[in-house]
Amino acid sequence: MLAPIAGVLFDGIAYGMLLFVLSVGLSVTLGLMNFVNLAHCAFAMLGGYVTVTLVNDFHWPFLATLPVAFFAAAAVSVVFEQLLYRRLYGASDLDQVLLTIGIAFVSVAVAAYIFGTLQQPIQTPAFLRGSTQVAGLSLGNYRLFLIGFALVVTVLLVVGLEYTRFGAQIRAAVDNQRMARGLGIDVNRTFAATFALGSGLAGLGGALAIEIVGLDPSFSFTYLVYVLIIVSVGGLGSITGSFAAAILIGVSDIAGKYYVPEIGAFLIYLVMVIVLMWRPAGLFGRR
Amino acid sequence: MADAAAIPTPQDYLQQHSRWRPIEILFWLATLSPFVLFPDYLSLASQIAITALFALSLDVILGYAGVVSLGHAAFFGIGAYTAGLYSKFVWGEPLTGLLVAAAVAGVSGYAVSFIIARFRHLTLIMITLGIGLLAHEAANSARWLTGGTDGFEGIRMLPVLGLFRFDLYGYTAYGYALVVLFVLFVAVRRLVHSPFGLALRGIRENWTRMPAIGADRPAHIRKAFTIAAAIAGVAGALLAQTTSSISLESISFQRSADVLVMLVLGGAGRLYGGLIGAIIFMVARDQFSGIAPQYWYFWIGLLLIAVVIALPNGVLGGLSSLVKKLRRQS
Repeated sequence: MLAPIAGVLFDGIAYGMLLFVLSVGLSVTLGLMNFVNLAHCAFAMLGGYVTVTLVNDFHWPFLATLPVAFFAAAAVSVVFEQLLYRRLYGASDLDQVLLTIGIAFVSVAVAAYIFGTLQQPIQTPAFLRGSTQVAGLSLGNYRLFLIGFALVVTVLLVVGLEYTRFGAQIRAAVDNQRMARGLGIDVNRTFAATFALGSGLAGLGGALAIEIVGLDPSFSFTYLVYVLIIVSVGGLGSITGSFAAAILIGVSDIAGKYYVPEIGAFLIYLVMVIVLMWRPAGLFGRR
Repeated sequence: MADAAAIPTPQDYLQQHSRWRPIEILFWLATLSPFVLFPDYLSLASQIAITALFALSLDVILGYAGVVSLGHAAFFGIGAYTAGLYSKFVWGEPLTGLLVAAAVAGVSGYAVSFIIARFRHLTLIMITLGIGLLAHEAANSARWLTGGTDGFEGIRMLPVLGLFRFDLYGYTAYGYALVVLFVLFVAVRRLVHSPFGLALRGIRENWTRMPAIGADRPAHIRKAFTIAAAIAGVAGALLAQTTSSISLESISFQRSADVLVMLVLGGAGRLYGGLIGAIIFMVARDQFSGIAPQYWYFWIGLLLIAVVIALPNGVLGGLSSLVKKLRRQS
């Protein structure tokens, strides 16, 4: 009786970790720059396709493609930031939503044009396949890897934002833009760098997601919903909030699909609406 | 006395804006042209009329009250399924079907509006998105009621008013949809030119000041949202009645996003914004899908980016500022 519950919990946490890597970038950019970026998962999808192409066509090892996915997504996002996003800082939510939905639509069509609409297969290295027996439970290696990876990312992010000079500049720019400018912080560059970091993490998440959820052109929208739910439930700009929300949503989703498959995704939407009605700024929101 | 006449009273202001202009009459005459000029496209025309009505309903809350909704298709879908169930199990008479659909969608909208009126910004966007997705999942899992992904079958419609049978070519469908659109358009037109409409615009322009000058903001938003939901329900019911089938797509996020795109493309906060947007969007989709259906969203995406960057007030907003500029030069 206990083993299935622990198994579901483990899968849910691993799934939550994946969602965390996908969404933490959006949380950072949304919370710090107040920009509603619905094209976030388009950058994640880009990272995914970079990894698929490198592994399948150029026979790179899977792990070596992860940094490339990160940097590709980051680089492309900076181009978009400079060309389009920058014009809409401080514009209404609706304009930002529309611009970024437009970009997400385009990304879906471009991905379908280049890669077709089929699911992309991926070959992970041998040590990430199979499973390990721990205390009578069979834990998937890839899922263990995901959990470890996400924990490292979390620690790096928290340390980076709290204890480095760059992190201090970001927080200063967010708290009081004018004051930060007055102190000689290049706010525009700080924001561009933050945006690149957030999108890079999305790209990384997209690459990691292929093994678990697959990759096809609709990724931009399918996971956008999950990512937005996590960001709004966790509270904008809060890394620990995203972490907790990702686990909550990951576990509710997997448990819902396992125990009550007939209601499908109902449960996570319900969790989101209830959490937001109870705490409009999210679980760990500042306001 | 002369001074008093120079200062327009609020009544004068509203009356001046609510006068019918020649171009509006021309527009409505032009909507009759498909009967004569494009009889092959009547089914497309009735789709456009229905979508335009849906966009008009979104305009009431988004364009006038400034309440962003990413889940408006929930009410469209509720209206569609209500009309479908009503015709299948109760009575196939179309007009009562519309009324029942409007009532059910309106009541659901009223219930949801208590949540809507409390939030704004990202939280509001997320909550409306969540409610839309919940409605979609509910329709998807209630297969015994809605048919789920297979679609809802078994709608049998009686002739409209007992006179006009729904024909294969879509004459009745378009005429019926157009009349309903026109009637509700006139009603919405009255609404936005009323003091209530002004209050909504006040809320859109300044969320915090309206309560400060004594307007009951939550009540206004609740009222507007309920009206918008009821109109969306009528639009959904029209679709169900004229096509005799309902797919899950009618309650999907895609439909919510599409209608938002149309409204913004035409110009939100303008009576004709949704109508013009629906015409452009539906005709473009019809044409582009003929070439390569899977890439239709590429063009819509580009269009959206272009509208946000270059035409922040939509096509109609762009046109009206162009007209103003030309007038000033001459």
